Amino acid sequence: MYNGGKIIAGLTIFLGLITFPIYYSVGKANPHPNPSLDTPVINQMKVKHCVESREFMRANHMRLLRGWMKTVLAGKGCVYVSSTGEKYNMSWDTCWNCHSSKKQFCDRCHNYMAVDLPCWKCHSEPNT
Amino acid sequence: MKALLPFLAVVFLVLLVIAGVKAAGLYFVFGVLVPYAAAAVFLLGFVYRVVKWGKTPVPFHIPTTCGQQKSLPWIKPNGIENPSGTGGVVIRMLLEVFLFRSLFKNRKTKMKGEYLTYAWAPWLWLSGMAFHWSFLFIVIRHLRFFFQSVPVPVQAIEHLDSILNWGVPALYITDVIFLAAVTYLFLRRVTLSQVKAITLPADFFPLFLLFGIGASGVLMRYYTRVDVVGVKELVMGLVSLHPAVVSGIGTIFYIHLFLISTLFAYFPWSKLVHAGGVFLSPTRNLSNNSRVVRHVNPWSYPVKVHTYEEYEDDFREKMKMAGVPVERE
Repeated sequence: MYNGGKIIAGLTIFLGLITFPIYYSVGKANPHPNPSLDTPVINQMKVKHCVESREFMRANHMRLLRGWMKTVLAGKGCVYVSSTGEKYNMSWDTCWNCHSSKKQFCDRCHNYMAVDLPCWKCHSEPNT
Repeated sequence: MKALLPFLAVVFLVLLVIAGVKAAGLYFVFGVLVPYAAAAVFLLGFVYRVVKWGKTPVPFHIPTTCGQQKSLPWIKPNGIENPSGTGGVVIRMLLEVFLFRSLFKNRKTKMKGEYLTYAWAPWLWLSGMAFHWSFLFIVIRHLRFFFQSVPVPVQAIEHLDSILNWGVPALYITDVIFLAAVTYLFLRRVTLSQVKAITLPADFFPLFLLFGIGASGVLMRYYTRVDVVGVKELVMGLVSLHPAVVSGIGTIFYIHLFLISTLFAYFPWSKLVHAGGVFLSPTRNLSNNSRVVRHVNPWSYPVKVHTYEEYEDDFREKMKMAGVPVERE
């Protein structure tokens, strides 16, 4: 190989950079963020359910809340009818009623994914 | 026709995932095996290509230059356009790799009435820069899926990228730039007649593939949402070499992942490997010192020569007899 030293050095740096996540993470535990559902209100529920299905909430909760905000700000009332026909008040209080701890619930996944949230710039969060 | 085949190939790849994941439920194949195989093909293929290039001899000293060469002390040399040492080469290479300087200098030659004009035509440079830099930002942003606790620089780039704060989830500026740039790079290949003439299916395929990757990513983020925590669990399983199938992730994610896997596996065997090739281009990585240092052609072998002295030794007597002057009696 011509200029083998330089080429192999460059190749090694490239391979080292691109495989960095592997040898950084290998052998380490990957704990699930486990947002906690252990709150008094949820524990009392016979059938544990959120406003919408678990799958929908996991992927779409931010858009649901955004939709609530837009509806309320547009003065189109503040009652949300879910896909199962239940009525909810479009308010953070609906969330906090069950998920009473932001630290144990919201923050778990948001920190895991490093989500940059605009929510708390205006809204207050529960104290617990 | 040249565009149709690569387009159908990408459509076929998408349909393959839909059939494999949605219909047949091959989550392990598309979530674990395919990404691992693609990563292996990419890494081994990249090493293979670079080593193969390294073994290729450079017979002539061929740096391209467009500036004054270093010569007499009172003539000012252009150290970057005509590098005379390693320093100039490094600066020129960095400018080439990060700013695509040779594309920037593109001129369009045209007859304007009776005059020949050279107009600056930066559109390829501009779209190339937009594409590569937004792609780099997107790749760095995606590193949040690859580290249990997300590194601060990755968070900073993500914050910068979503700084417009449009919508929820916030719009990434690079998503728009990426798709716009890929669209332009495609359009120039079908509208500009000269470019169209030299375009091959292998030029269209990566463009469609990249557009598919961008489009599936945009769809996934802004329209058909998926459970990102599940996605990160899957990716963390892959990078920590403890792969596990994570249930409840939408098909659109597997389409995105499969197209990226295809890109990685395709990379070392296609034009995309210019990423490594730019560093190994003799027209760029050599300094113009051929009048100072002799460039030995690696193909050269010791040639058996017969010098004039030996010739004279062989025929001295005959030369003298014929009256031919000799150097040595």
